[in-house]
Amino acid sequence: MRDSLIAGSYLVASVLFILGLRSLTRPDKARRGMQQAAVGMVFAVVGTLLNHTIVDYRWIAAGLVLGVIIGYPMGMWVPMTAMPQRIALSLTLSALAAALVGVAEFYTELANGVVPGRYKMAALGFEVMLGMITVGGTIVAAGKLQEWITSKPVTYKGQNVVNGLVFLGILSLLVYTIVDPAQQWAFYTMIGVSFVFGIMLVIPIGGADMPVVVALLNSYSGLASCATGFAIGNVILLISGSLDGASGFILSILMSKAMNRSFTNVLFGAFGGETTAIAGKSSAGLTVRSIGAEDAAIQLAYAQLVIVIPGYGMAVAQAQHAVRELAEMIEKRGGEVKFAVHPVAGRMPGHMNVLLAEANVPYDKLYDMDEINGEFDRADVALVIGANDVVNPAARNDPGSPIYGMPILNADHAKSVIVLKRGMSAGFAGIENELFYDKRTSMLFGDAKTSLTSLIGEIKNV
Amino acid sequence: MEILELYVFVLAAFVGYMVISRVPSLLHTPLMAATNAISGISLVGSLIAAGSANNRVATLLGFVAVVCATSNIIGGFLITDRMLRMFKSGDKKSVEKPGTH
Repeated sequence: MRDSLIAGSYLVASVLFILGLRSLTRPDKARRGMQQAAVGMVFAVVGTLLNHTIVDYRWIAAGLVLGVIIGYPMGMWVPMTAMPQRIALSLTLSALAAALVGVAEFYTELANGVVPGRYKMAALGFEVMLGMITVGGTIVAAGKLQEWITSKPVTYKGQNVVNGLVFLGILSLLVYTIVDPAQQWAFYTMIGVSFVFGIMLVIPIGGADMPVVVALLNSYSGLASCATGFAIGNVILLISGSLDGASGFILSILMSKAMNRSFTNVLFGAFGGETTAIAGKSSAGLTVRSIGAEDAAIQLAYAQLVIVIPGYGMAVAQAQHAVRELAEMIEKRGGEVKFAVHPVAGRMPGHMNVLLAEANVPYDKLYDMDEINGEFDRADVALVIGANDVVNPAARNDPGSPIYGMPILNADHAKSVIVLKRGMSAGFAGIENELFYDKRTSMLFGDAKTSLTSLIGEIKNV
Repeated sequence: MEILELYVFVLAAFVGYMVISRVPSLLHTPLMAATNAISGISLVGSLIAAGSANNRVATLLGFVAVVCATSNIIGGFLITDRMLRMFKSGDKKSVEKPGTH
């Protein structure tokens, strides 16, 4: 009876999770669907508490209370601009939970004098290995995103060889524990080495590549949950873990495609090498045309169609509210404003969309790359705000460029281009951007928010 | 039993792939937050570890795991909701008023 109640609650939870994720295909249905998924979670937890192996509820109650106390501010108080590091940190927590459960299970089995079988040991091994790699990796990722650690790639000679050897070491420890679980040192050493390996894996990765990394670590943490499910024979863990893993997997493929990197390149974390290679055409002999806010405002005020291209610079300057205000000014004057969002703009998948939504830009004005690229030809102004590599035409026509082949937004097809930029430094990929030297392009230098505020002021006077 | 688990895993991964590949890039960040919240399901394993009274080490590890997983669930679902509340269509402006909790 009890078992069927548990199984029933898990079934309800799984269905609600899947429906919740499915609701995310429609922005107007998503909120409701995710609230139902939260109800599913309640079912899963209540179902689990019926489990007959649970005899002592004191630690559980304390843990739940403490978790709520920590979780509430993590959900309600974290600003939207801090979302990438917030996501990274929550991956740390879920992976840590999975790893700890694995260790507890292993310890208990051996303390009870039971030597776990190979199947169980393999599951426990994978669980703890993936969990700890994710913990190490996400801590570094969060640190980089929060800029506690330099967001530049940290590389040294032979890095990939060292990483490869360490990974082989982890695999041998894993095999060793599976073959002979009674040798506990191998299991515990694997925990430590996996953690260090997670750090080593992410440290060479630059800030601009973070969307791929966060997505990839997301799928690792999902797989760790899956392994927990295998280890303790729990279906709901298997199902949710696979959903999580699938989502991370899909996102990392989409992100790596959007950056024109092969998936193997992503898997082995070798992004650092490419980003440091400075290549492409040199800017010698070319001049940029600088423009004042007044002239830029005139162009925008009389434009029929303005396409805004936000990038990480907008997030850094927290300029999303000013962008919305500017867009409203242009619309009031009869122009049309659309937002073109490149898949890897920002520091995580969908970063720009969240920031613009926060600033009350309606989502039907946000277009993804494929939807908007055909429209640049009839745009009067492409307004580039703190974006660089995603509008670099070198990706289309310079086979020598490191970003050659990466799909970009066709900003250069617009009748004129205004670029808001702090200075003439190259983008994260370290590549010169021809677009900035184009004769139709004018550069408005300065902090994005300050520039936008003066543009808004000037448009009022037009 | 073991082969049954493999069945569940493969089918769930398949469903996950089908469902999630249709999520538009517009909602990719809420998707990550949502899957994070759902991955708080490791709470299930943590509860069993914390409540089984096997030995002190397992109870303590389980307790820490319960804290981690619970904060992920609470924080994850709350932040997903906060984000999704912000996504508004331009046509019907007053579906959800900003600031209502």
